[in-house]
Amino acid sequence: MHSTNYIIRFVLILTAIVAIVLSLMSTGLKPIHDKNEAVYNKSAILSAVSNEIGDKFATLTPDDVDAIFDKDVKQLIIDMEGNIVQAEQLNAMGYKDVSAESIDMEKEMKKAEKDRMLPLYEYTSSNGDAYYIVSVRGKGLWDAIWGNIALKSDLSTIAGVSFDHKAETPGLGAEIKDSKAFQEQFTGKQLYDEQGNFTSVGVIKGGAKDPKHEVDGISGATITADGVSEMLERGIAYYEPYFEKLKK
Amino acid sequence: MADVAVKKKEGGLQFGKNEKKLLTDPLNDNNPITVQVLGICSALAVTTLMNKALVMSIAVIFVLALSNLLTSLLRNAIPKQVRMIVQLVIIATLVTVVELALKAIDYNVYKELSVFIGLIITNCIIMGRLEAFAMGNSPWRSFLDGIGNGIGYGIILIIVAFFRELFGKGTVFGWKVIGATPDYLINTTDSYLFGWYENNNLMVLFPSAMFVIGILIWIHRGIINKNLVDVS
Repeated sequence: MHSTNYIIRFVLILTAIVAIVLSLMSTGLKPIHDKNEAVYNKSAILSAVSNEIGDKFATLTPDDVDAIFDKDVKQLIIDMEGNIVQAEQLNAMGYKDVSAESIDMEKEMKKAEKDRMLPLYEYTSSNGDAYYIVSVRGKGLWDAIWGNIALKSDLSTIAGVSFDHKAETPGLGAEIKDSKAFQEQFTGKQLYDEQGNFTSVGVIKGGAKDPKHEVDGISGATITADGVSEMLERGIAYYEPYFEKLKK
Repeated sequence: MADVAVKKKEGGLQFGKNEKKLLTDPLNDNNPITVQVLGICSALAVTTLMNKALVMSIAVIFVLALSNLLTSLLRNAIPKQVRMIVQLVIIATLVTVVELALKAIDYNVYKELSVFIGLIITNCIIMGRLEAFAMGNSPWRSFLDGIGNGIGYGIILIIVAFFRELFGKGTVFGWKVIGATPDYLINTTDSYLFGWYENNNLMVLFPSAMFVIGILIWIHRGIINKNLVDVS
């Protein structure tokens, strides 16, 4: 039997060593972690326009992603009335960083609807076409789901989407992220009907019937699919005031 | 009174018959899942897709081998009264180190894996091996035991995942093999083996892992290795 004294010393020393090792590692690697996370988020945004970037999208290095983002992507922050928010206003509101990529959708979604700030990315492809990428966030079955939707310059045709999730079931709800075929379905769908009313795009259980506004759901993932429909309808509508101004 | 540690002669890094047995035993006679029935919780959670099962297996082999090694190195210094919590600290530290390193090296893989990190810490195979083996054996033997048990665990995980993915999604490692095309591919002309087969969603859900593991245990004990059943 070890004495109580020994046990206390052992535990204290072990805890101290572990704490020192872990905190050194954590602080030492923080800059790399932050950079990796930023690149991950940027490539999620670019993934929505991966059709325009072409085959090379799959092989982009972190530096390429940064370069494309610096060169071809214009970042805007808009408010719920559709006004572009300038950097000074954002600073006054307490935002430290004033680029669209620094907007934390999770925090924004917790605010009252009228106070939310929305990130908007304008991507210019190599042949000069403009694409608008909007960010949406909603709820899946277990936890948050989010996505980036790229719109063509008519502001109605979807050019591509990328989805992600926090904790959907692998093989079922997680297919919204893992299945390229699911995401591909959205390409070419229309947000507005022929009369110009906002109709969004729905994920339909049992097969899409309307070729313009519906895509097929994932069997076994009805609630996640409903979450995607709801997220698109509500999330893209937030950008409508700004789109109305753009159209004029 | 000081602890009278039983000092066995540390055999160095030799690899004899006994050491080989440490690696091969967990594959059959002493398999952590089908014989010791440990690690069932993660076998339920991460066996929906084969590539996730594979990644989880590699992570467990790594953490199990290293925590066995570390615990064995410290085994004479660890006070018996608090050994469990010390073992847990070792496991949790290793897992966190792996997580931090992975986050810096390959962020995409980290994103894939982050769900499993907690599952590794709570994996009872690791606790079980530390307590049953590493506390009483030399570091080298403990290290081998960790690798052996990790592989034994991984094999079962991948077998379970194979059946669940094949019958649940009609794919193997993400490649479509059997069954009808999924809803969202309905317009493609690709055809697959057994096109009449409808994916069985029960196989993707957790209960199916119980059925598959149960059947595996039955096959293992009843057909492959009858010595495991005590007939007396």
